[in-house]
Amino acid sequence: MLKRFNLKAWLLLLPALSLLIAFTHWPTLKSFWRSVTWARSDAAPAKFVGLENYEILLDDPVFWRVIENNFWYALGTVPTSIALAIAMALWVNSKIRFTGLLRLAFFTPTILPMITVANIWLFFYSPNIGLFNQLLALIGITGPNWLGDPDIALSSLMIMTVWKEAGFFMIFYLAALQTLSPELFDAAKVEGASAWRMFRKITFPLLMPTTLFVLINALLNAFKLVDHLFILTKGGPNNASNLLLYYIYETAFSFLDSYYAATLTVVMLVTLAIVALVQMLFIDRRIHYR
Amino acid sequence: MDSIWFQRVSKFSAYVLAILWVLPLLYAFWAAFHPPEFATKFALFAPLTMENFVSAWDQAPFFRYMLNTVIITTIILFSQLVVCTLAGYALAREEFLGRGFAFALVLTQLMVMPEVLIVENYQTLTGLNLVDTHLGVGLPYLASAFGIFLLRQTFKTVPQELEDAARVEGLSGLGIIWKVFVPLAFPTYLAFSLVSVSYHWNNFLWPLVVTNTEASRPLTVGMAIFGAPESGVDWSVISAGTLIAIGPLLILFLVFQRKFIQSFMHAGIK
Repeated sequence: MLKRFNLKAWLLLLPALSLLIAFTHWPTLKSFWRSVTWARSDAAPAKFVGLENYEILLDDPVFWRVIENNFWYALGTVPTSIALAIAMALWVNSKIRFTGLLRLAFFTPTILPMITVANIWLFFYSPNIGLFNQLLALIGITGPNWLGDPDIALSSLMIMTVWKEAGFFMIFYLAALQTLSPELFDAAKVEGASAWRMFRKITFPLLMPTTLFVLINALLNAFKLVDHLFILTKGGPNNASNLLLYYIYETAFSFLDSYYAATLTVVMLVTLAIVALVQMLFIDRRIHYR
Repeated sequence: MDSIWFQRVSKFSAYVLAILWVLPLLYAFWAAFHPPEFATKFALFAPLTMENFVSAWDQAPFFRYMLNTVIITTIILFSQLVVCTLAGYALAREEFLGRGFAFALVLTQLMVMPEVLIVENYQTLTGLNLVDTHLGVGLPYLASAFGIFLLRQTFKTVPQELEDAARVEGLSGLGIIWKVFVPLAFPTYLAFSLVSVSYHWNNFLWPLVVTNTEASRPLTVGMAIFGAPESGVDWSVISAGTLIAIGPLLILFLVFQRKFIQSFMHAGIK
């Protein structure tokens, strides 16, 4: 049958497409346009300035700091979350006792609002009375200033991020593990394979599609998960823990420079496009077009 | 021999990690139900109190915040269900020129989440005069690529004979969607709804940008203001406030725990 124009289909798609175009595609294009314009204030008419905003960007030490931080933030949170998620899923799927409680414990952070639990983490991290340093003091160690020390602040944020997302990713691994046939493992056991060998040779390769899927999600989170910064560090001290999205927010709504914020947004969009490209190249297309 | 040790260490790590994972929540309960002097001291027989909840409730308009959150989450969920059903059906069951293109347009939102576009979307909202309204907080999320994708996958599995039979019975286009497809996709709707509600109950950045007053501010934004160190509120009261804020969703989660986790799984495998 020849494909043809179908009014009914387009009418059904109309609400979704108009909303998506208005709040995803149009603002994406607008960001590119705004990044090559400038005005003294939002009220004044904007004029075309070419690549001037990008020249400012290249000379902006905070921008480079934020990019570097975001790189470390991704590198620090993505593999850790994935490794923990796999371990959690294996535990919950195993025959040890209390797997129901384990699953509940691991999953709970997923449904708690980042911003609200950040208040509690703020207490954990506080220098003298904080829980972490109280525990460290018990074994005679003077704990660091988790959020105030520029060398540690970003790592402290990463710990909370991993706590927040590992249980969420566990779910995907759990779903995948339950589709694996137990016979595979029986055969390996007969051969006398160790637990680690079975994991490396059988489980991990079979979980590869899930790992790729989780990898993409974890990468996206590394760029969009900044809620805890508002409570824990506000990007400080001295931008030591600032991340790209938080810097976009600061630029637009604290420094009120929507043109430079748009320029930063373009950097974010290009980064996301690269992630999307990686996904298209490496992840089986059947995931979408099944 | 070493395999038994491996198993013991592994089991031990599992339980330690689980305790670490619930520690923030346990601490919130501890601090909230004990007098402030015990917020940083742990004594087995510390007296219990409800005082912190009373002062948290007095210091911030929690009821108003919660109402705002409920209104915003409801607007978003209701719209998503309708919009995604229609689009999901079209993409799953209609043959037409440009379907691949339309689907690609939809999938863009999976990558370019509304969070990234706060600068431009705020300008749009200002233009529409919807800053500081419930609808404004919901607007960028009223259509969900994730929802469309999930429903498309589900609708694709409905046998053609069912649709044909419904047509013979004299059902119209929308009637078929409503009477045949919607009931069959119930597990998907449930899964999507739970994921969507917990996402928007917890959403922060965009609501922070578009709300200015108590009239539209959701719990998350309210809590950020309430818990800010500058506000001078102590740990115990903050913990009590935190429990008030996460209470409804937490109870819902604990009661329907299995359903919740299954739903996240269901949404994940698609």
